[in-house]
Amino acid sequence: MNPQIAMLVIGRLGVALVTLLIVSAVVFAATEMLPGDIVEILLGQAATPEAVAGLREAMHLDEPSVLRYWRWIIGLLSGDLGTSYANDLPIAEMIGDRLTNTLRLAAVTGGVAVPLALTLGITTAMFRGSTYDRVVTTCVVSVISVPEFMIATLAVLVFAVWLNWLPALSFSSGTPGWGEMLRIFAMPVITLCCVITAQMIRMTRAAVIETLRMPYIEMALLKGASRWRIVMRHALPNAIGPIVNAVALSLSYLLGGVIIVETIFNYPGVAKLMVDAVATRDLPLIQSCAMVFCIGYLVLITLADILAIVSNPRLRK
Amino acid sequence: MANLVEIRDLKVRAQSDSGRLIEIIRGVSFEAAEGEVVALIGESGSGKSTIALTLMGHTRAGCEIIGGQVRLAGRDLVAMSEAERRRLRGTDVAYVPQSAAAAFNPAQRLIDQVVEVSRIHGLMPRQAARARAVELFRALALPEPETIGERYPHQVSGGQLQRLAAAMALIGAPRLMIFDEPTTALDVTTQIEVLRAFKQVMKQGGMAGLYVSHDLAVVAQVADRIVVLKDGAVQETGTTDDIINRPQHPYTKELIAAFRPVSHATVASPAAAAEAPILEVRNLVAGYGRPGPDGMPRVRALDDVSCRLERGRNLGVIGESGSGKSTLARAIAGLLPPVSGEVLLGGQALAPDVARRAKEDLRRMQICFQLADTALNPLRSVSDIIGRPLTFFHGQRGRAREARVEELLEMVRLPRAMKHRLPLELSGGQKQRVNLARALAANPEIVLCDEITSALDTVVAAAILELLDELQRELDLSYVFISHDLSTVQAICDEVMVMYGGRTVETLQASALPEGATQDYSRLLFASVPQLDTGWLDGLPERLPGT
Amino acid sequence: MAMSFSSLRLLGYRINVVAILASLFILFWAAMALFGTSFAPHSPGKVVDFDYYGPISAEFPLGTDYLGRDILSRILMGASYTVGISLAAVCLACASGVALGMAAAVTGGWIDVVLSRFLDALSSIPSKLFGLVMVAAIGSSTPVLILVLAVIYTPGSYRFARALAVNINTMDFVAVARARGEGTFYLITQEILPNIAGPVLADMGLRFVFIVLLLSGLSFLGLGVQPPYADWGSLVKENIGALAFGAPAVIAPCIAIASLTISVNLLIDNLPTKIRDRSA
Repeated sequence: MNPQIAMLVIGRLGVALVTLLIVSAVVFAATEMLPGDIVEILLGQAATPEAVAGLREAMHLDEPSVLRYWRWIIGLLSGDLGTSYANDLPIAEMIGDRLTNTLRLAAVTGGVAVPLALTLGITTAMFRGSTYDRVVTTCVVSVISVPEFMIATLAVLVFAVWLNWLPALSFSSGTPGWGEMLRIFAMPVITLCCVITAQMIRMTRAAVIETLRMPYIEMALLKGASRWRIVMRHALPNAIGPIVNAVALSLSYLLGGVIIVETIFNYPGVAKLMVDAVATRDLPLIQSCAMVFCIGYLVLITLADILAIVSNPRLRK
Repeated sequence: MANLVEIRDLKVRAQSDSGRLIEIIRGVSFEAAEGEVVALIGESGSGKSTIALTLMGHTRAGCEIIGGQVRLAGRDLVAMSEAERRRLRGTDVAYVPQSAAAAFNPAQRLIDQVVEVSRIHGLMPRQAARARAVELFRALALPEPETIGERYPHQVSGGQLQRLAAAMALIGAPRLMIFDEPTTALDVTTQIEVLRAFKQVMKQGGMAGLYVSHDLAVVAQVADRIVVLKDGAVQETGTTDDIINRPQHPYTKELIAAFRPVSHATVASPAAAAEAPILEVRNLVAGYGRPGPDGMPRVRALDDVSCRLERGRNLGVIGESGSGKSTLARAIAGLLPPVSGEVLLGGQALAPDVARRAKEDLRRMQICFQLADTALNPLRSVSDIIGRPLTFFHGQRGRAREARVEELLEMVRLPRAMKHRLPLELSGGQKQRVNLARALAANPEIVLCDEITSALDTVVAAAILELLDELQRELDLSYVFISHDLSTVQAICDEVMVMYGGRTVETLQASALPEGATQDYSRLLFASVPQLDTGWLDGLPERLPGT
Repeated sequence: MAMSFSSLRLLGYRINVVAILASLFILFWAAMALFGTSFAPHSPGKVVDFDYYGPISAEFPLGTDYLGRDILSRILMGASYTVGISLAAVCLACASGVALGMAAAVTGGWIDVVLSRFLDALSSIPSKLFGLVMVAAIGSSTPVLILVLAVIYTPGSYRFARALAVNINTMDFVAVARARGEGTFYLITQEILPNIAGPVLADMGLRFVFIVLLLSGLSFLGLGVQPPYADWGSLVKENIGALAFGAPAVIAPCIAIASLTISVNLLIDNLPTKIRDRSA
């Protein structure tokens, strides 16, 4: 790797770290704004002034927020995410299992959506203006124009209510076998795939079309190259950066989608945990879940940027 | 024997942004014999590139051939299927684009792109193609012919890229080569090498050529015959010698006339020289990027530049791209505050940053930019554009302001009614006049002109120069005139400063140009300017001074 | 291009059928947001049917909900919440984003760096998550929703406007104005803003769609508009039980959302290129 690329990559990692710091401060500050005294809520009927003061001290709530932020960050770094207000369990433990579930859902979705979207995005750009392009583009606009819960609702309506192929809920009870697993995963994955694929097709198509406008594409045409050769050898190698970016940005919609999908299908992932935590106002749990999502997103975006830097032909020696 | 190229009554229609259909090529006919080089000459919008592309069987998006024939070796490209045209491209007819820098795929090594034609059409084995490419690199006088192909496009210079593009076109041994303004984007000193290389390989290969250009002097060096185009129609066709020495059509005569250099007559009175110079630049250093530990910017665009401008006289600044001439204008205007050195206006030192200069000082010196398209806010009417400095500097409003705007329009020879127009509705020359009128609105003493005629067609540019001359006499102005073009500078300036790499090479009296040059670089620069003379390129010495 | 297929020629003007249809839908919902409740056949909060999840009938054109309230009336009420909150939020987000973006582009230097870094960091918090945390933290009332949605979409608007303004800022006419000695306020309002207005408006439309979607999503999670009021997202949430019967109670509000968002997207896609990307 040449030093110029190395410098750019290191710079990008630095930016990611600074961003993470700002994000953590924002998340901390937001949860600080929770109305009402959390201690009084926790103690409920038993809220005598002495009990409140004691608990406040135990929870370090009497300290200035900067100090608590510092404590929190140190905890995050050492893997100590604190304990849940609601049920006194260590948060790291609560998130652990759930995270595997969410990651599994995300991985399956990504595995289906990325190849599908790249194929559709590139081919629609190649045959821009054709009937095929128009049909796909119209579907894409329709899907990205509606909320995720609508896609989920529609999927339930079609596959569970009308066709009766799949169960409407995930994880009913007991340990599921392989066939059962497939059926359980199917609905959330279908919903998420629809959302993600549409976003990705739109961005990939735009990136390839942008590249196809370049003068070197016309030059390739004037050399007698076929459409296939033009796209494969001249357009795609130059569109890698934008395409990777499009994929990363679309995968971020996955996070938003996961929140809705896990809630609708009652899927035991981190997002469901967080939505429940919001309902019970479980402050440390909300903070930790939020940080998990932000870190996931940042990792994706940073990876995409680094890939774009490395694939930039102008930095090659 | 039949002609290699025969274009008969070609008509091309284009769709404008607003969806209107316009016929941009209106019944063009011409031919070229085997081995003959024909030039298509015309100004921007004359349709010359569109015609050249139809010979590749290609029209750009939004354009459509609606009539006529384009015959190459007897076969009509218009009637052919796309697959048949594809087979001709690269093998029978090849293309050298205007900007090779944009026409090379940045992600591929040069050699792979140069030999691509032979791979697409299965012309020869890979090794043979590579060997042929190296041969062509050598013939085109490219440095390190064996290894230059291993580089990426961003690693070689513009002039080299243009020759590599020619190699890319020659690899398929086409019968016809199309050159689409191949040297327009190059500096004059680079242009010479490229032109020589082109001429050499064309002569050796005995192939026919279609050379598209707006520059008569360049065309005179390479073409056997010239087709003069205007607004999508042929004005005149003839041998190069006839067109240049005995033009028949009035439009051709106008083109030729605009090319003849005009000398500038000094208007300043001798007494003026005794005064302090109106503008003086002392040891200016400026650049871009964050300053380093020594307080100097990372990229030093101006390095210790000094010059002076006497009242009523004009200073020309000439140099190639990257010489720092435009940076000089920006530094004088305070848009790029210099790190050291001084700008003195009428003997008084100015603050480096425009934000710290007095309004009165700002008024006395105005700046005019090259591209009138970007120099005028597209959403303001002409009246607003010219009126703003009137309000800003002189507090004029309402009727008084309108009256003054009309006066200024008349001063730049534009009709009063034009004040209601938007820049979009004006031609290039008209925009540049509005641009000037805005500068004049401040009642300046100095106007900094940054390449203001470079983007204009020759005839239009000549008229602007004439206007500058007249305005100077009427308004007692002094110009700093920045240009890359020697004849332009000669036409308007008293003194000429030659710049190279951010430094002053020398300052010469315009009357002594070009023979008075004492430095190698200036001599090379002046010798490289193409002359309207068919024998100029061949008559040049093999090695120019300074190379 | 889909031009030939979606456009007609009339008296020499090109009429884009899709754009006109889309504008009609948008106008319709705008009118409903303003005056919808006065057209409502029933009071939106009143139980008018003994049956729940009632089918389409003459009396209840879109059926009834889980309590037996008239769905049509509730959708008309929801229109003012969905459209009103989203519109207010998008105006707030774009106004602040564009103002900050232009200021950053024109002044440059450390102001630009700090603003860009901070807002980029904000935008790297996924929007739905941000909404969730904020609404959970401050509670959910109409002004809070507007504010939260505006904060979430300000960074995107800032980034978009800044990129456009940076382009315009390099233009010679801005340099001429600078050389004349014009102040920052003049540069921003007179030279730059008019030249980015077209794309900024198109971007505002897109952002409006995002906000409608996010608001609906939050309401669907029970964190948006609170009962007794309801926007379209809450209507879907309330009546999600109707899914099993395929009743109109859950389908109708979905169609309302889709018709609005798809129309806005189609209108923007069919705007003349001149307005959409006048970036140079």
